[in-house]
Amino acid sequence: MDLLLNILLGVTVAATPLVFAAIGELVTEKSGVLNLGVEGMMIMGAIAAFAGTVGTGSYVAGILIGALAGAAMGGLFGVLTLTLMSNQVACGLALTLFGLGLSALIGQSYSGISLPQFPRVDIPLLTDIPFLGPLIFGQDALVYLSLALVAGVAWFLARTRPGLILRAVGENHEAAHGIGYPVIRIRYLAVMFGGACAGLGGAYLSLVQTPLWVEKMSAGRGWIALALVVFASWRPLRVLGGAYLFGGITIMQLHSQALGLQVDAQILSMMPYLATILVLVVISRDRVKMKLNAPSCLGKVFYATS
Amino acid sequence: MFKLVPRKEPNRAMLYATPFLAVALTILAGFVLFTLLGKAPLHAMYLIFLKPLTDFNSLAEMLVKATPLILIAVGLSIGFRAGVWNIGAEGQFTIGAITGGSVALAAYPDGGPLLLPMMAIAGALGGMAWAAIPAFLRTKFNASEILVSLMLVYVATLLLSLLVHGPLRDPEGFNFPESRLFQEDAHVPNLITDTRAHIGFLVALAAAAAAYVYLERMILGFQVKVLGQAPRAARFAGYSEKTIVWTCFMISGALAGVAGLFEAAGPVGQLVPSLPVGYGFTAIIVAFLGRLHPVGIVFAGLLMALTYIGGETAQIEMSLPSATTSVFQGLLLFFLLATDVLVNFRVVRAGERLAAPAKPAPAPLTPKPAE
Repeated sequence: MDLLLNILLGVTVAATPLVFAAIGELVTEKSGVLNLGVEGMMIMGAIAAFAGTVGTGSYVAGILIGALAGAAMGGLFGVLTLTLMSNQVACGLALTLFGLGLSALIGQSYSGISLPQFPRVDIPLLTDIPFLGPLIFGQDALVYLSLALVAGVAWFLARTRPGLILRAVGENHEAAHGIGYPVIRIRYLAVMFGGACAGLGGAYLSLVQTPLWVEKMSAGRGWIALALVVFASWRPLRVLGGAYLFGGITIMQLHSQALGLQVDAQILSMMPYLATILVLVVISRDRVKMKLNAPSCLGKVFYATS
Repeated sequence: MFKLVPRKEPNRAMLYATPFLAVALTILAGFVLFTLLGKAPLHAMYLIFLKPLTDFNSLAEMLVKATPLILIAVGLSIGFRAGVWNIGAEGQFTIGAITGGSVALAAYPDGGPLLLPMMAIAGALGGMAWAAIPAFLRTKFNASEILVSLMLVYVATLLLSLLVHGPLRDPEGFNFPESRLFQEDAHVPNLITDTRAHIGFLVALAAAAAAYVYLERMILGFQVKVLGQAPRAARFAGYSEKTIVWTCFMISGALAGVAGLFEAAGPVGQLVPSLPVGYGFTAIIVAFLGRLHPVGIVFAGLLMALTYIGGETAQIEMSLPSATTSVFQGLLLFFLLATDVLVNFRVVRAGERLAAPAKPAPAPLTPKPAE
């Protein structure tokens, strides 16, 4: 029972950064922009949140700084792809390479510092319920924030007018522009929202998961988040499911020895990456369905002719 | 306010000018960055961009670093032109080093003149095999080659670590996770005596020349360019996207694999877990900086190698963080992509738009399709 509880808590910790990053990227992609720089925004969020927390002594301030750093990176991507109409794939790569470098540069003076264990929510009585208590009422605040964010995005996209406009911009930017919606401004907001979410995911890595600053600590999670959006067929609730599935795979390697599995550590570490490939294959196989699900203007450059 | 107005045709002058503009902007940004870090910016720039050019050994080291960058970037550029995004060259590099290096280790301690060519072929095949995975999954199952090839980088790095911890470990190496040093015949011959510059650089130049011929003179090379510039036209013309995806991945995989083998059998001399140092990713920058053109890539590779060497010197002399070089390289790619807009767009004052057509038409362009 204790082992199972530990595993389930571990899955949440592993899944939450993916939830943040993937739900942000989902909104970005719904507006028709493919930002491959999630990894770069995430790692910048990680170092900014860590430095912010160490500097201010406040988790809340640190987390906000992490989100802002991610949003700033998203804004940078917007300048390149929306204003300067550069290639989105290349700019996403550039954002990742730049983010990895800059975070390492900033992080140099923060390696070796460790933060105290991130506090978990503690509601008297409720958290004391055996098994279910810690699982439902005893997680850290960011876990609840990530869940609320998914619910909020699902509601926003499906039920609100601005959400509908955002989807319209992603499906047909010419038509949306024709009706009079500011395509570029909406996309800027979406990209910066995506960046802020990736920043939060990074903040979770450096403040909760480790809690340390390690160079390149995002270790491909930004890319996995990108795959999760495809896996989820651009639907918010499925992002949540996918992220927890991946969290489970990641946590498997930590507990495999306890479960009596004799496999090399490297092979276990390969699992999340191999699983990503497998998932992509299974989901992308149906070309017609992929075309129906993906926003039609994804990755296309918009230039207002009139 | 300024506005961007599309040009009727891409401006060739800008096409060649923007890489220089991007380098200039990067240097400018470097000044700001070093000032913020509290380091003397002029001295840092001198160390990074000029000092390596003044001594012979640094020049030779430049060739060492430029070799993998050019090899990989030439391969990637062909795919990038066609809109085929192999961004997992780092993984193909690693696998090439493993397969090529394994040939030397299997033959140990025997040598002979055929050993190195066989290693190179094994390296190329290894890179191709690794690149075949994203190519197959893309053409057969429509899976994004970007994400698949990238995921395989992590898998390849872990595989290398697994192998040097196990089957490929040096039996006399006190359990260190590294292979034994390759035998004499398995080392890539030096290009310049008493330096680490090796004949791999000549292979890189040959690869660039071959790519030039391929793109300019061969029908498949032409199809690659059309697919990138006008996918619809390519479909109407009946070009097989499948063939092009496979070709691009096989070429870039083979070149990345050979680059990995040269690194293992050249400056490193054995298989170590730290063999992949990011050449596969830096080569993406090199490919763009060289305008996806083989000749441009050779120069871009040398320039990027210069920043590696100069960056190292600056790190030691000015105690700069080791990440400085990668920040510089990231900035360079940003500025390059940002200034790219000038190739296809003109900057005009917002109110000036109506008067714009009265301006003289752009200079006549060569009939060759622009990059």
